[in-house]
Amino acid sequence: MTDSSTIVIIGGGHNGLVCASYLAKAGKKVTVLEAAEQVGGAAATREFAPGFKASCAHLLYLLDEEISQELALEANGLSIAKSDLATIALAADGNHRTLTADGVEGVGLPAQDQAAYAEYRRFMSKFANIISGLHNSIPPRITQERGDLIQLGKLALKIRMLGQDDMREFLRIAGINIYDILKENFEDPLLQGALSLDAVLGAFSGPRSNNSVFTALHRMSGNNAGAAGAVSIPAGGMGAVTQALASAAAKAGAEIRISSPVRKILMDDMRVSGVELEDGEQIAAAAVVSNADPRTTIMDLLGARQVEASFARRINNIRAKGNAAKLHLALDGLPEFKGLSQAQLGERLLIAPSVEYVELAFNHCKYGEYSASPVAEITIPSIHDNSLAPEGKHVLSAIVQYAPRNLGAGWGEGKAAFTAIVMDLLAAYAPDIRDKTLSAELLTPEDLENEFRLQGGHWHHGEMSLDQFLMLRPVPKSAQYKTPVDGLYFCSAGCHPGGGIMGSAGKNAANALLGQ
Amino acid sequence: MQNHYENAVYPSPFHSRQKQHNQLKEWSRWADYLSVPAYWCESMEYFAGRNACGVFDITPMVKHRVTGPDALPYLNRLMTRDVRKIKPGRVGYSVWCNEQGRVIDDGTIFHLAEGDYRICSQEHQIDWFMTNALGFDVTVAEDTHDVAGLALQGPTSCAVLKDMGLKGIENLTPFGLTTFDFEGTELMVSRTGFTGDLGYELWIDPEHAERLWDRLFEAGELRGIMAMGSDALELLRIEAGFILAGVDFLPAMEAVRPTHTRSPFELGLGWLVSFDKGIFNGRQALLEEKEKGSRYNLVKLDIDGNKPASQSYVYTPNKKFAGTVTSAMWSPSAKASIALASLEAPLGKPGEEFEVEIYYQRELKWSRVMAPARVVKDVFWDPPRKRQTPPADF
Repeated sequence: MTDSSTIVIIGGGHNGLVCASYLAKAGKKVTVLEAAEQVGGAAATREFAPGFKASCAHLLYLLDEEISQELALEANGLSIAKSDLATIALAADGNHRTLTADGVEGVGLPAQDQAAYAEYRRFMSKFANIISGLHNSIPPRITQERGDLIQLGKLALKIRMLGQDDMREFLRIAGINIYDILKENFEDPLLQGALSLDAVLGAFSGPRSNNSVFTALHRMSGNNAGAAGAVSIPAGGMGAVTQALASAAAKAGAEIRISSPVRKILMDDMRVSGVELEDGEQIAAAAVVSNADPRTTIMDLLGARQVEASFARRINNIRAKGNAAKLHLALDGLPEFKGLSQAQLGERLLIAPSVEYVELAFNHCKYGEYSASPVAEITIPSIHDNSLAPEGKHVLSAIVQYAPRNLGAGWGEGKAAFTAIVMDLLAAYAPDIRDKTLSAELLTPEDLENEFRLQGGHWHHGEMSLDQFLMLRPVPKSAQYKTPVDGLYFCSAGCHPGGGIMGSAGKNAANALLGQ
Repeated sequence: MQNHYENAVYPSPFHSRQKQHNQLKEWSRWADYLSVPAYWCESMEYFAGRNACGVFDITPMVKHRVTGPDALPYLNRLMTRDVRKIKPGRVGYSVWCNEQGRVIDDGTIFHLAEGDYRICSQEHQIDWFMTNALGFDVTVAEDTHDVAGLALQGPTSCAVLKDMGLKGIENLTPFGLTTFDFEGTELMVSRTGFTGDLGYELWIDPEHAERLWDRLFEAGELRGIMAMGSDALELLRIEAGFILAGVDFLPAMEAVRPTHTRSPFELGLGWLVSFDKGIFNGRQALLEEKEKGSRYNLVKLDIDGNKPASQSYVYTPNKKFAGTVTSAMWSPSAKASIALASLEAPLGKPGEEFEVEIYYQRELKWSRVMAPARVVKDVFWDPPRKRQTPPADF
């Protein structure tokens, strides 16, 4: 038993570590309990084949600049191997499109699409800015209380300040689907496909699903010291971010214990009193902050019977069906992608040849099947960072969709078949990929769930959608990080402002706790 | 189970006997069943309930069965009262609330055996009850159609049951529960009812329903037994001060306007709220209400004159709106015009004076009277025989 003034944080994912830092900096005694052998969760760098390393979260696009500064992540060892990655929409014939903050290029790209792309970037960045403004604040509740009303008023004002035309456009598109918006603006199928993928990556939705514009905006709401939606690769993989966060937390005085899986949250009468580890050790705590997803926290660690039925029901109904699988290839040298130079291989490569293709890929998962022709976001981080693979070798890291968590036939047999489909898909763009592959690892949402304790295998601990955003995330009556149970808080991506390696949920949770 | 796709309203298992007694040939609907408003005279049926005994078919009351190792913790989280205090063989009255602390429904909890309960309520609750089962090892089922029920209410009820052969029935205490063999099947008897008088409720397999009815009427012939309709029961329950869902409060699950619902405190049922038993639905909201104060008080009014004050407005003596009457009647037993009324808090303390605006009709002519009224603390009808064990032999 430790001292009962301790704040215990369940889970050393990035949000748990951010939360630990802020609490420790405020003078609290903090213990972080991480189940795995290293911190970071899905944002840890891990060896998947001898000498080859990758991290499940592979691109940094939402890390909060303010948090990065306040926790001095650079001084704690974080460096960026490559920033402002371009996005390349791959074409099977090698005639690809290259998208950057400045414009889009490609042979045969209609001239009007170039102009439309600039305008699309303009309004999407402007709208995404509304969302970024919400990241580091505790969401308002729908009450008559002054603080809540002021905050809602500020949001309304910010939307109004877009100006008449942009506000009208924002209200028109924020809740609808990206398919319609792309069709309104662009002619080029490849460009449409690439832009639509940003709206559905990691989501249980296709381009024609409502909310997909919002998902795209959320993805663009980081700035990562660059333009809206700028993407970078940290040196040492995503684990470098979480290691820097752990170092910051430790310097602030937080204790971090690895290999300490929590079995349950302990109650004393009506209040949280601590946690019990799987080995039976009990740790007393003044408060418990859970970096585990909200469903795991309430349904498994606490127990539904400790909360009112309506709350348990809402938590149980959080939409969190993971659809993204993660592919890691250990490569015996760089593969050749049709039409790409060696330098271009280091960019962010997308397989999403048209918006219709993406929608068809999504159709399968509605019926518990994996896509016959999947979509993918590919990086070869070892081009920028030689710490990830042995000399002359490389690592390919790809997010592959759609691979539903609850595959009808089960992942037992499905995994090998889906891996073959994914390899065929890659081979269509990089014919020598099989020859170059020394070892392959495919993590299905089921694997992600088991390895990282993410219920539903969902990266964001719950769909990033309007029905699970702001005061609705994770569910009403806990959107301000404090749960209805005295002394129990949420700090995971399941809370506002959601997933992506951002850290804001952890910071906001710390503020919520300190504001008591 | 009944097939509701083909037929919404069913004859009760007592229908053949009800038909014989139903001289007025009028039928009403109560939940899934045909019910009788009055068999031949509302007043006579009422007086049977107070001076002899009346038989009322309670089969339509919605019944649920909750079983399993977690039945008790499940119910304790569902109900506002401490269900641990209802021992096996006992029955308890309770309400259950939503997250806002508003009453969803009220009903009785029958503790049949360890880990085995029956919940009777006015409204169908299966959806809410199943929602509540998340995280508990319980089985929740609706068994309305599997149990036939008769209420036998009135001073001669105990004697009738004794004459029918229920040995030792006189030793059953109020809110007690016991079983008898009835022609080879199990007859469950509880000393419960909705009339505020000596009375019992009888529960049996629907197959044996008609035999039960026949045996009761044989045994009760010389003790004034009479089939009783819902109109008479309504009078009996108002005198007893019992509230009715949909009449004295709006069931929270049916509310389109959530502010129109009521908390237990606002229904005078604060005694059913146990804050020291751990978590239960509505706890947080009710704690806040307790701190900030309630919006309404449900009171009993003794009104001057003899005109029933149904659906009347209630005013303070200086003519400020105070609330509305929810149930009212001329009480033959209390010899008074009585009412239940929902008044705006803090109005409604015992002894406080009000005026009730009563509209009434005499031979098609409408008139209005402002009748003085006062809040009374005790129920209008509360005879000692209600509590007496064994009851006197009437």
